Order: sequence, then structure tokens, then C-alpha cells
Amino acid sequence: MAITGGLLIGAAAVILLSLAGRVAGVSGILWGALTEQATHLWRWLFLFGLIAGGALAHQLLGLPIPSPQSLPTSWAVIAGLLVGLGTKLGNGCTSGHGVCGIGFNSGRSAVATVTFMASGIATVFVLRHVLGAPL
Amino acid sequence: MKPLAGLLSGIIFGFGLALSGMSDRDKVLGFLDIFGDWQPALLLVMAAAVTVTLLGFAVVRRQRKPLFAPSFYLPTARAVDAKLLGGAALFGMGWGVYGFCPGPAFTALFYGDTDTYYFVLAMITGMWIASRLETRTSHG
Repeated sequence: MAITGGLLIGAAAVILLSLAGRVAGVSGILWGALTEQATHLWRWLFLFGLIAGGALAHQLLGLPIPSPQSLPTSWAVIAGLLVGLGTKLGNGCTSGHGVCGIGFNSGRSAVATVTFMASGIATVFVLRHVLGAPL
Repeated sequence: MKPLAGLLSGIIFGFGLALSGMSDRDKVLGFLDIFGDWQPALLLVMAAAVTVTLLGFAVVRRQRKPLFAPSFYLPTARAVDAKLLGGAALFGMGWGVYGFCPGPAFTALFYGDTDTYYFVLAMITGMWIASRLETRTSHG
């Protein structure tokens, strides 16, 4: 399922580039949907598709819905702020830098991908194994 | 046709995210926990996706132009600077705190956990703060 899912994610990026000439970077598409009035429709439909496609996968394949988390809401807010700040300043997220940027052989995207992976790994290490946080 | 291309790509992308387990926070945090009970499966998601884009983008580059757009809109930045590294580091921290990156957070809106809505709203707020910082910096 991991491999099939990954193949589909890559295929979605190739389709968007081939048909619309656009990079399938979710953070960039989200910011563009909110700020670029003239070309916002394809972006909103892409974002809607992310939700609809996930729903379709769960409905068609009977995948279990992940259980709701038990952390305080403040964790979601802090994490969301960091993800928004970081992806805007760093010009991309897992999809834009990781899936698409590396697909373009971009050294800049490869560096960004290694950096956010290392930072994510370090954050989980500190929270779980140093501070003993319940995540 | 271009809006429909966005919809088609989004649906396939979201289907892939849900199928692969990327929209399950527990799996993502387990994947990032390489010093604990590491769950390496999501490495395969990234490897499979990048294999397809490396091959697929090479083919698309032979197209004179996209099917439904006048030209390709590709990033031109090449610099590896403090803004890129700092931004990626902050993003990784948020990813490690909660297990959501932007795409899976959207797909997970369907699961109905209200905290996911707060995550997405906070993410948009964070982007807005960053854009204000960028404006301030670029105007001295």
C-alpha cells in the first residue's frame, strides 16, 4: 500500500505538470489559492481533490479511518503555525521539495528535503525520548 | 480544462496519501521516530513517488507546452540560503510535533477531527505571518 500510494502521488504530480504546467506542491498551491485571484480555480479544485481523493480511498478500499488524536488542541495550533511559517519561508513542503523538486533534479530541493526530514526526526527524538511527551 | 486538471491531480494525490498512510499521524510520527520503534514503511512512499516524478518529468520536458496551459510555470530559485534552511527546519519541527505536513493535513480534514481544522487554520496563519516578514525584509 505504501508503494502503490507513492506511485499514485508521483503520477498526480506528473499529470499536473503535463496538463497544467504546474508543480504539485501543496503549500504553494494553498498560498496561491488564497492570494492569486486570477488563477485560483485550479488550485481550489486541487485542494478539494486532496480531500475527495482521500475520502474515495477510504470508501472504495475500506481503509480504516485513523483514530482522533489525544493531544491538547494547542499542539495542533503550534504545529500548524510552524508548518505554515516554515513552508512559506522555505518555499515548499514534502510535496513541492520532496516529490517534485527532487523529480526536477533540484539540489536546492534536495537540501530542503534533507533539512526538514532531519528536523522532524530531531523533534520527535527530543519530544518522545528526552522530554517523554505523550505523542 | 486546466481547473479539471487540478481536480484530477488532487484526487489522485489525495487517494495516494490516504492509501500510503501519510494521512495517519501515528504512522508519520512512527516513521520520524528512527531512534525509537521505527516504522520505515513511509520511506517506500517517498521512494516510489520520486521514482515516478524523476521518470515522468523527464518525459514531460519533451512536451513543447502543457496540454491545457500556454507554458510551464517552474520555480527558478537555485540558492541554498539561510531562508531556505531556516524555513525547512521550522517546517520539520512542526511536522515532528504533530505528524502532519500540508497535503496530508488537507486529506485528513475528511476524518472529522476538529483539531485538524485548527491545524489547517494555524498553518494558513503561519504562512500569512511569513509573508508579512518577507515583505518587511524585502522593503528594508
